[in-house]
Amino acid sequence: MLQVVCIKQVPDTETRVKVAADGKSLDPAGVTLILNPYDEFAVEQALRVKEQLGAGEVVAVSLGGAGVQTTLRTALATGADRAIHLRCDTTAPDALAVAKALAEAIRPLEPGIVWLGKQAVDDDGAQVGPMLATLLDRPCVSVVAKFELSGQTAKVEREIEGGREVVEVPLPAVFTTDKGLNDPRYASLKGIMAAKKKPLEERVVDLGPAHLERVAFELPPARKSGRIVGEGAGAIPELVRVLREEAKVL
Amino acid sequence: MSILVFIEQRDGKVRSVAREALGEAKRLASSLGGPVTAVFCGASADGLASLGEAGAEKVLAATHEAFARYDGAGYAAAVAAAVKATSPKLVLFGASSIGKDLAPRVAAKLGVGLAADCTTLEAGGGKLVARRPVMAGKAFERVAFPMAPAMVTLRPKVFAPAAPEAGKAASVEALAFEWDASKPRAVVTGTTGASGGKPDLTESEIIVSGGRGLKGPENFALVEQLAEVLGATVGASRAVVDAGWRPHGDQVGQTGKTVSPKLYVAVGISGAVQHLAGMSSSRCIVAINKDPDAPIFKVADYGVVGDLFEVVPALVDAIKKLH
Repeated sequence: MLQVVCIKQVPDTETRVKVAADGKSLDPAGVTLILNPYDEFAVEQALRVKEQLGAGEVVAVSLGGAGVQTTLRTALATGADRAIHLRCDTTAPDALAVAKALAEAIRPLEPGIVWLGKQAVDDDGAQVGPMLATLLDRPCVSVVAKFELSGQTAKVEREIEGGREVVEVPLPAVFTTDKGLNDPRYASLKGIMAAKKKPLEERVVDLGPAHLERVAFELPPARKSGRIVGEGAGAIPELVRVLREEAKVL
Repeated sequence: MSILVFIEQRDGKVRSVAREALGEAKRLASSLGGPVTAVFCGASADGLASLGEAGAEKVLAATHEAFARYDGAGYAAAVAAAVKATSPKLVLFGASSIGKDLAPRVAAKLGVGLAADCTTLEAGGGKLVARRPVMAGKAFERVAFPMAPAMVTLRPKVFAPAAPEAGKAASVEALAFEWDASKPRAVVTGTTGASGGKPDLTESEIIVSGGRGLKGPENFALVEQLAEVLGATVGASRAVVDAGWRPHGDQVGQTGKTVSPKLYVAVGISGAVQHLAGMSSSRCIVAINKDPDAPIFKVADYGVVGDLFEVVPALVDAIKKLH
């Protein structure tokens, strides 16, 4: 079975945000780029399914500028067999444009499973997975926290408010992965060496007109500086007083 | 022209995110124009006329036996049919686990953009701009909609439901839609832990979160006691989730949940950038930490410097005495 893993390169979660001069984007200066943390669970689960079946191919796909190839090499080093780079230099393209480009590249591969992280930690959209599934006309479960495959059916659990939904899904299907699904492996030195020789194909894509237009990118309003109400247990009466009388939250 | 609102139900009960979306639709109708139409997916259309009290003028009911539980593809077919039937300017969903999964499917069917998890909608001069947090709240983007309809999911607990108009009934019509339930599809066969439990972190009024300062998973009992007396939900920092002390569902921060409760109490959390991103939009923040230089005190409205093992039990006692 061929599996596709869609991955995205994003700013590290420790990034301190500065707005670029255009007022519409993140200032890239000094930003470290990493594989989207939720995509690590997608890559790992694809590798586990391949191991379970004892056969198959895992294809990593990513859309973005030239720098994205570093992230694709990371996926190859972890165990993906080959990679497709959908080359596109648009800053922060909208989710549907990305889903359309992915669908076009993925459809001819006829994958048994397409994996994505539940959301990218930069735009927090959580849209591309369900959009891609709709465009491919495949069943989809998002925010998967548990996955079991038997034959052509997957039994999965999806995080919902205060609990989980148990879902049965016939393959081929699309899944988006949540933290806690698995413990992603690290790339071994051998894997890193092997990744250099694995095929990485670059295709230039044109996203067409935008479906959503970003008009501004800005910092959140600064919080009013608070105060230390006191030290140790002796501060509790004052804390309770201010929570009742000033903040009115008790 | 109208505003269409998706009415989310679980176990046949309309969820609060749907009332919040109806309230925002009613507010926007004055500048975008109405009417406010609701679209409901479920097994039965009973009782939907009462959505009139929450702001809906008309309800389009998509009923199917498979709709007792969430079916992404089926619901999307129904909502897309409702869009075609009403040609709305704007379609609203709650950014819940259902809305976040459903709205992108509908957007893909219609070929339009979607602004997810928005916290503000402005409709000046009939043109809609949505403001939404990105990077878990470290920044915000404002987006405009070059195509129609504009599609938006609303962050839970941010938008106010409309003041109920007692006795006002909405007209209810059956919605015609095409969906083949015999095609291969994802079928929800059950739920675990969802009924009767505490609200989800994203829908909680009060959250008490614990971090490394608790020194071990067994000491989370302190956080749980405080949460109990406050009627709060328990959250956790990434450090303690990664250490396996708490499940991932409890994590607040950039690779966990972004929350905006009325009151957020951080116990033994130093305040890493990714954690602050996830909770700094809370209305009131209290921090309890022994290190006076901990970054958490920079975002806290009220701080107590001290040993949490003394401070938290004292706080629990003090709150018990209030009741």
